[in-house]
Amino acid sequence: MSDVTSEVQTFLDRLAERSARRREAQGQEPTWIAARRQAGAARFEALGFPTRRDEAWKYTDVRAIARGDFALAEDAEFSPAAAAALTLPLDAYRLTFVDGLFSAALSQLDGLPDGVTVTPLSRALEENHEAVGGPLGRLTGVEFSPFSALNTAFVEEGAVVRLAPGTVVEKPIILQFLSRAGERAVMSHPRILVEAGGRSEATLVEHHVGEEAAANFTNLVAEVIVDRGAHLTHYKLQEAPLSDLHVASIHVEQGRDSTYTSFNLNLGGGLVRTDLISDLNGQNATSNFYGLFYGQGRQHVDSHTVANHNAPHTFSNENYKGILDDRAHGVFNGRVVVKRDSQKIEGFQSNANLLLSDRAEIDAKPELEIYADDVKCSHGTTTGQLDPEAIYALRARGIDEQTARGLLTLAFAGEVLEAVGLDAIAERVELAVAGKLPERFNLAGLVEAAVALGDE
Amino acid sequence: MLEVKDLHVTVEGKEILKGLTLTINAGEVHAIMGPNGAGKSTLSAVIAGKEGYEVTSGSITFEGKDVLEMEVEERALAGLLLGFQYPVEIPGVKNIYLLKAALNAKRAANGQAEIPAPEFLKLVKEKTAEMKMDASFLQRSVNEGFSGGEKKRNEILQMLVLQPKLAMLDEIDSGLDIDAMKIVADGVNSLRAADRGILLVTHYQRLLDYIVPDHVHVLVDGRIAKSGGADLALELESRGYDWVLEESAA
Repeated sequence: MSDVTSEVQTFLDRLAERSARRREAQGQEPTWIAARRQAGAARFEALGFPTRRDEAWKYTDVRAIARGDFALAEDAEFSPAAAAALTLPLDAYRLTFVDGLFSAALSQLDGLPDGVTVTPLSRALEENHEAVGGPLGRLTGVEFSPFSALNTAFVEEGAVVRLAPGTVVEKPIILQFLSRAGERAVMSHPRILVEAGGRSEATLVEHHVGEEAAANFTNLVAEVIVDRGAHLTHYKLQEAPLSDLHVASIHVEQGRDSTYTSFNLNLGGGLVRTDLISDLNGQNATSNFYGLFYGQGRQHVDSHTVANHNAPHTFSNENYKGILDDRAHGVFNGRVVVKRDSQKIEGFQSNANLLLSDRAEIDAKPELEIYADDVKCSHGTTTGQLDPEAIYALRARGIDEQTARGLLTLAFAGEVLEAVGLDAIAERVELAVAGKLPERFNLAGLVEAAVALGDE
Repeated sequence: MLEVKDLHVTVEGKEILKGLTLTINAGEVHAIMGPNGAGKSTLSAVIAGKEGYEVTSGSITFEGKDVLEMEVEERALAGLLLGFQYPVEIPGVKNIYLLKAALNAKRAANGQAEIPAPEFLKLVKEKTAEMKMDASFLQRSVNEGFSGGEKKRNEILQMLVLQPKLAMLDEIDSGLDIDAMKIVADGVNSLRAADRGILLVTHYQRLLDYIVPDHVHVLVDGRIAKSGGADLALELESRGYDWVLEESAA
């Protein structure tokens, strides 16, 4: 246990240093922030980092994080040319964070329609901290996990997105998180608050990407409120460098007639853990969870999802696909919980995994907890290899076996990508999956051909 | 072009082909007919290298090369293509991916560079139109959700794009209505060329009204029991297969 304490102490020391410097620079914080920061720190200290003895962390070893010594970034410098190469080619509003710090230079919010505000958390706190205090921590308390406690202790930057009732935002809102390769590994604890007012509609893209040699730790918490009749689509495109460590919890609260659609697309990162929890609190609310993870080398990708059907006539629909090569390890844990008296709900869950190597590993656990009797639920998980009949059919047209396997792998991913509404993201992920296959597959050219045909 | 000599093939220990001999020259259209279970589909499957067939004796050569020594894709690249009786559905692999990958594999084998995208698109659109298929089929997953007729047309589309030296078509007429049959037959007829062989495997004479063969062979009990011209197919249509059986037993 003494080890755990020293690990925890390293993080607490960083926190103390940060707090001291903040006091020097800005004076006292509002008392509610200081109190939550303290509560987060106390909770984190009491819990320590999770171990594989904790059920929720059974398949994910976080020692690479616990044993790290991460500084906090001092500035948000990033070469504009390098940033441009990493930025999604989308006509969008964009907030950019570099190692967790806001970069005004790399952000673009011109032309935001009335009724929409997209603000860095630091600025939102300066402008009106009380308006932030209400939602912050309401959906994700410090008790959710040691990481949410740690995030609360360090909370200082992130994004606040507010949509007034009835506001429809046509262009996507991108929150771009850039990870830098520096002399020291750094950590960041972004907090995202989204309040989608009644009948509003928007697409939020959370994009994690960075310099190849980066090895930083990101500990993100998102709290998302989707009010009555609102429709929010939330892409989480994880393309972080392969040595980056990433833990995220996304908590969603849905009102009546609302839709929340999540695309959890994992291509990058060395260790990625995402918790996605949706509370369906009003009748006719729908959660759609789509996921794709592609792991190679020694990547570890863990997705935990929960759909809480707290009200009758609510719907959840989940489809996660995993592709694992080399010694990659995937975890899928999907839960559908139907509360007592939540009748007439429908919850569907499907998870399919493709193992491309004998040493790749998947732990898949679909769970249903139903405390009502008039419900329609199904869940299933499959893990397999590629269809030999299909491989033969392709080879019989002169396509070599490796390319045939590559095509079929891309096809497997394609089933989730077809649901992606933003072409730039679908194509990017498709090309990335094709590109991750050995070069001789040369599928990138094929994808371009299909895109060209589609563009005509 | 293709020489099959005294071919014996077993499937799961059971002998299906029992000494089959067949020669196909460039420019010829051959039809293999016969009752169910005679081994018609086995022949084309063995030539195309499908797994599960054991060649116990005999030989298959194509342009002088030993086909049985070749990998599945090498056979296709050498110009031997089989149109399947039951084309497999490949969810998520767009038709256009398959066509481009296959065509570029063939070009690479011939020492040619990859086909430029505009040229490729022009080619596949032209061939798709020839098969009276909407261009949207190119963006759809291979055979997924296709009707029986659409699947067969898709097989011919692949032949038109890949231009094999020997096109083998296994029961390409099964499950086709008359309109689809005509489209498929037109596609096959457009493949007829002095430097190309075509092998049709069929149970019914009907197809041969549209694709008139140069040679008809009757396959009975693992051997070719009788060969003749296009007239033989008509005779089989009116008389059935039994008389061939009796004649060959005699």
